[in-house]
Amino acid sequence: MADYTDKEMMALCAGRLVPNGAVLFAGTGLSMLAATVAKRIHAPESVVFFETGGIDPALDELPLAVADPRVMSGSAMNAGLIEAFSILGHRRLSTIAFLGAAQIDPYGNLNSTALGDYRHPKVRFPGSGGACDAASLAWGVIIFMQHEKKRFVPKVDYLTSPGWLDGGDSRQKAGFKRGGPLAVVTNLGILKFHPETKHMYLAEVYPGVSVEEVQEKTGFELDVSQAVETPAPNEQELRILREEVDPQRLILGPAA
Amino acid sequence: MDLTGKLMTAKQAVEKFVHSGDQVSLGGFTLSRNPMSLVHEIIRQGLKDLYLVCHSQGQAMDLLVGAGCVGRMEIAYGGLGRFAPTCVRFRRAVQQGDLSLEDYSNYQMSLRFWAGAMGLPMIATKTGLNTDIVKKDGFSPEDRGKGKVPGLKLAVQDNPFAEPGDKVVLLPALNPDVTLLHAQQVGTDGTVRIKGLSFADLEQARAADRVIVSCEEIVPKEQIRQDPDQNALPGFLVDAVVHAPLGAHPTACHYFYDYDPQHLKMYGKVAKENESFQAYLDKWIYGCRDFEEYLAKLDPAALERIKADPVLGYAPGLDRR
Repeated sequence: MADYTDKEMMALCAGRLVPNGAVLFAGTGLSMLAATVAKRIHAPESVVFFETGGIDPALDELPLAVADPRVMSGSAMNAGLIEAFSILGHRRLSTIAFLGAAQIDPYGNLNSTALGDYRHPKVRFPGSGGACDAASLAWGVIIFMQHEKKRFVPKVDYLTSPGWLDGGDSRQKAGFKRGGPLAVVTNLGILKFHPETKHMYLAEVYPGVSVEEVQEKTGFELDVSQAVETPAPNEQELRILREEVDPQRLILGPAA
Repeated sequence: MDLTGKLMTAKQAVEKFVHSGDQVSLGGFTLSRNPMSLVHEIIRQGLKDLYLVCHSQGQAMDLLVGAGCVGRMEIAYGGLGRFAPTCVRFRRAVQQGDLSLEDYSNYQMSLRFWAGAMGLPMIATKTGLNTDIVKKDGFSPEDRGKGKVPGLKLAVQDNPFAEPGDKVVLLPALNPDVTLLHAQQVGTDGTVRIKGLSFADLEQARAADRVIVSCEEIVPKEQIRQDPDQNALPGFLVDAVVHAPLGAHPTACHYFYDYDPQHLKMYGKVAKENESFQAYLDKWIYGCRDFEEYLAKLDPAALERIKADPVLGYAPGLDRR
């Protein structure tokens, strides 16, 4: 039996994907956790900033929203949205954004707006916030998803945040200069995108998860031929995550 | 310049400067510096058909929507972080078709306020190309071009300075009738000081026809001008100043108080049902003559717990579960 939770595994896996020295754009929830994990464990020279204008805050306590006063404390500077989005898309910076969504398609396009018809939605979500901007302007995007068939769909009900659009070079043709999703971190494994077709494939499965289970919970065909097993979290990763990053388990939720 | 004629109660400020049907922008962001004392007053006065223009809004927006004050809105995000991933009354109103709604992104909304502040009719950006934000209208075609509703939601065009095919999104500027802000300090000369993040407050204020600022403290002109680097807006851009200590509660006000996790959690629960939401409005807004009466009903121990540390700006160790 695993002695760690899905959320712990997801936060640590996302942290491992971050190159040291990266400039990280974080949102709420797991993405906040992953950015903090990266900074504390895997990429200590990385900096975190928030769309609200909090640039490289101390993050002594975990913020619960991007406007939490905890993103304003011990920061390099406290600015506003225009400044933050200018950094997000800055030519000199390889910014990496963490995003979550309600739905994702095979090319990493995301829906965080609504299910059903946009003007008469069955379910309304919060909306883009800065997600569309991060997906449009960041150097790269790491996506968090719960791995369920209803979330991994052939076509999203509403395209809030652009991934690789229709695959191939369609993103470039649409007018984007850079960016696109790098990886999708789920509760079952890690998915990446084919270098040319930009179609999603299974890159890693977590210990104890089968590729069949992943395919079964994905609403479209996945290439699973390259899938390897993800190393389990080590003691140091788990200790820092539990004791330093989220001791109140505000985002991690119940322990294993 | 002084505050003569500008310093007033929330009741007076809303009566004078906010009208049913106005296009209104709210300062703050999700759970920080929402202009709650002003929003309570708008609800108490029963204003209708407001046209909200928002980037990411939380508590103030959700109350206005829930109380039936809003007819139309442009918005990027309606949520309260962990306390309500989607604002509860907002979600309900959209799903029931009670609102005329159109989506933009946060950067797009910020740029639209900024364009309005600069006196530009529009502004170009690369954000949102080929998304449904660009492709799908929320407002009905017959509303287009009427009042403050832009004739087009936005337009995608070639960059005229580059080879054909380099697409940009053109966004219509925003000039709201009124912007409502909550700031930490206002000087006796009307100068506004915002501590912590300014979000898009300054663009929203400069874009608006009228500006109401509520504040934690009113300080002498000499004091606020000792360090002008820290100031956000000059007094001549402000129409009304309301002295409202704790005026952003239950949202946070950096260096003064944290968000109130207990109140936000309680709100998240009662907002789910019509009856309990109505009871919330009755107790906390309609049943109060003014915001001071609302504050007097709160648990003093809870207010003590959210008091900000003077260095950190928030309440360290606050139980936020």
